[in-house]
Amino acid sequence: MKAFFSDSKQALKVTLLMFVLCGLLYPFAVTGMAQVLFNHEANGSLIEMDGKMIGSDKLGQAFTSPEFFWGRVSAINYNVYTKEDLVPNAKGETNYNGVSSGTFNYAPSNPELKKRMEADIETFLKANPGVQREQIPADLVTASGSGLDPHISVESAKIQIKRIAQASGLSEDEVNDIVKANTDSRTFNVFGEDKVNVLSANLDIYKKMKGK
Amino acid sequence: MWQIALVLVIYLPLVIVAGHYLYQVTMQQKTWLDPVMNRVDNIIYKFCGIKQVDMTGKQYVIALILSNAIMIFIGYLILRIQSTLFLNPNDIDNMEATLSFNTIISFMTNTNLQHYSGESGLSYLAQMLVITFMMFTSAATGYVACMAFCRRLVAKSDTIGNFFVDFVRVITRLLIPLSFIVALILVAQGSPQTLKGNETVHTIEGKMQDIALGPIASLESIKHIGTNGGGFNGANSSTPFENPTVISNIVEMLSMMLLPGACVVTFGLMVAKRRQKTLFGKQGLVIFAAMSILLLIGLVTCYIAESAGNPIINNLGISQDIGSMEGKEMRFGIPQSVLFTVVTTAFTTGSINNMHDSLTPLGGMVPMFNMMLNVVFGGKGVGLMNMMMYVMLTIFIACLMIGRTPQFLGKKIEEKEMKLIALCILIHPALILLFSALAVATTAGIAGITNPGAHGLSQVLYEYASSSANNGSGFEGLADNSPFWNMTTGFAMFFGRYLSIIIQLAIASLLAKKLWHSDSVGTLKTDNPMFTFLLIAIVLMIGALTFLPALALGPITEHLQIRS
Repeated sequence: MKAFFSDSKQALKVTLLMFVLCGLLYPFAVTGMAQVLFNHEANGSLIEMDGKMIGSDKLGQAFTSPEFFWGRVSAINYNVYTKEDLVPNAKGETNYNGVSSGTFNYAPSNPELKKRMEADIETFLKANPGVQREQIPADLVTASGSGLDPHISVESAKIQIKRIAQASGLSEDEVNDIVKANTDSRTFNVFGEDKVNVLSANLDIYKKMKGK
Repeated sequence: MWQIALVLVIYLPLVIVAGHYLYQVTMQQKTWLDPVMNRVDNIIYKFCGIKQVDMTGKQYVIALILSNAIMIFIGYLILRIQSTLFLNPNDIDNMEATLSFNTIISFMTNTNLQHYSGESGLSYLAQMLVITFMMFTSAATGYVACMAFCRRLVAKSDTIGNFFVDFVRVITRLLIPLSFIVALILVAQGSPQTLKGNETVHTIEGKMQDIALGPIASLESIKHIGTNGGGFNGANSSTPFENPTVISNIVEMLSMMLLPGACVVTFGLMVAKRRQKTLFGKQGLVIFAAMSILLLIGLVTCYIAESAGNPIINNLGISQDIGSMEGKEMRFGIPQSVLFTVVTTAFTTGSINNMHDSLTPLGGMVPMFNMMLNVVFGGKGVGLMNMMMYVMLTIFIACLMIGRTPQFLGKKIEEKEMKLIALCILIHPALILLFSALAVATTAGIAGITNPGAHGLSQVLYEYASSSANNGSGFEGLADNSPFWNMTTGFAMFFGRYLSIIIQLAIASLLAKKLWHSDSVGTLKTDNPMFTFLLIAIVLMIGALTFLPALALGPITEHLQIRS
């Protein structure tokens, strides 16, 4: 019995000490170092334009205008919303329920997956006349895991160039250059995939359109 | 395919170095951190009143359970009152009772199954004081249990090592320094580390976007190093803030592979160093090879299945050259996603960088089967202990076939040990299959299923396999935040963890007390390729016999359906 009490006392003290060491000191120390060494990244890699925060380098955004590149399907609409989305409907529900991440979690055999993809393909084909069904790469009409994927494949960017050029007034060559400038190749030519950052490409389009 | 091979090649030297360091920490040998750490440790021992005396196996287990119980109690309390505490810039509410129960068991058992979503369910204080804290302590618990186990296999006495000393040493000399470095690498790649609240930005299309920030990197590093796996955000390591680039993806994978593999190396060294200095140790190599082969079989299967894509999507006329992309991130593509999936379930971390629910049926069966076996490296420490159960079972069966007395490392394996080993091996499938049966037989269980058909059963099987194996990943479609799912998975995690550890340490104690016999010509050799082969065969046979019927009804049926 005496040993039990002695053990309990040691266990309690070790627990309390580890709360301080692992739960407070360690994260505070990392925060301090990170804020000093990598200030931009530690605060979310936010992008500033004309004194306003407009997004993050690392996160995707929902784009619906024809003059911008469209990203991957997101179950949470990239946490993007308008004022109207915050107004509750008759049942007290709102379109936007606060910040989250995730996806539809449809099984490959789920009929809902097929339904969702068919609708998205239709929308895309209507907005991009001249593009064939077989040309659409899978990443453009499948949902990302996080709902915040900032990238699309290079092919997915290329099939949107014509639409963007028409809607934005830029030439196809200009849009093509923007795609090239915003393409990240595989790291060390081996790891990962070639991909285009949608938000940074769209920022380039936005700036060019403003300049005209 | 090349990038997968390259990552595995980078892994090998790292795991050997880590194994040697782990050996030094465990056997209280000199390390280069000693000048600083000895002082820190002494202050800790003094403050906590730790008497550095050796413990028997029984005392060791009691100390382990007691300290875990206290952590569970205080952690639960914090979750229930988090809204009234400080460091809560996003005004998160208190957590509901059954969800708190599930969460606290989940993190203390190194499972990290999450029925909440981090962005909306936890304050920053709870993320640090409960989640990050438990990631350290649960990993340390699993590791010291394993080292207590290994020491007893090679020792001639049951009184060896002190739980509290081991526990403190592992955290101060291994987990904190390593996590600190990895956290900074992750921040450099783009993982946030801040105490400021969430940010709302205005997009160029004139809309608003909420950006969830927080002390993410410090949690992210120990999440992988401790094979924990619980994410800061709901979508875990698939979110760009938890896993911003392909570099961070590789760092996270290597982090979770490092220590479970190192445990095997350490064990090999413990056995071998009785005789001479060595790089790996033959006995360790045999086990390491068996685990690696099982890992590679899963990896290749999953890669082929995911690259082939979903035939239903092919039928829509879409080009699936890049493979099945539903639920995956573009920056990782198929190879990096598949490797992560197989690694996270083999090493039972349970973090995910793509959504396992949306994997192709056979691609999803691989992670499920990894967790059902629970010995393909396995979690920090406990994976090796599980594998040792199979090692002894293999010895027993092989010796029966050739008519020898079963003997491992000079200790005879007899009736009492075999009974405990059989019990220990049976707990895991019993938990998975019985709870799954309960879930599909009750309305409360069925209410959680969200995908129709055979895949619904896969969701249930996966959830309990993940709980019992203390993995924590999920077929996340499952609507699992209900009292039924919170309680049942809570119990599966609890028993899967503590029953196994208690029985395994009991077996080690029994063996430690036995007389040591030197090997004779007739002794079955356990350190040659033949034994590796035998071990793999036994693991697969037992795994297949127990789980094949359930798998046939779940993923295999779904595979045949979408291909017909």
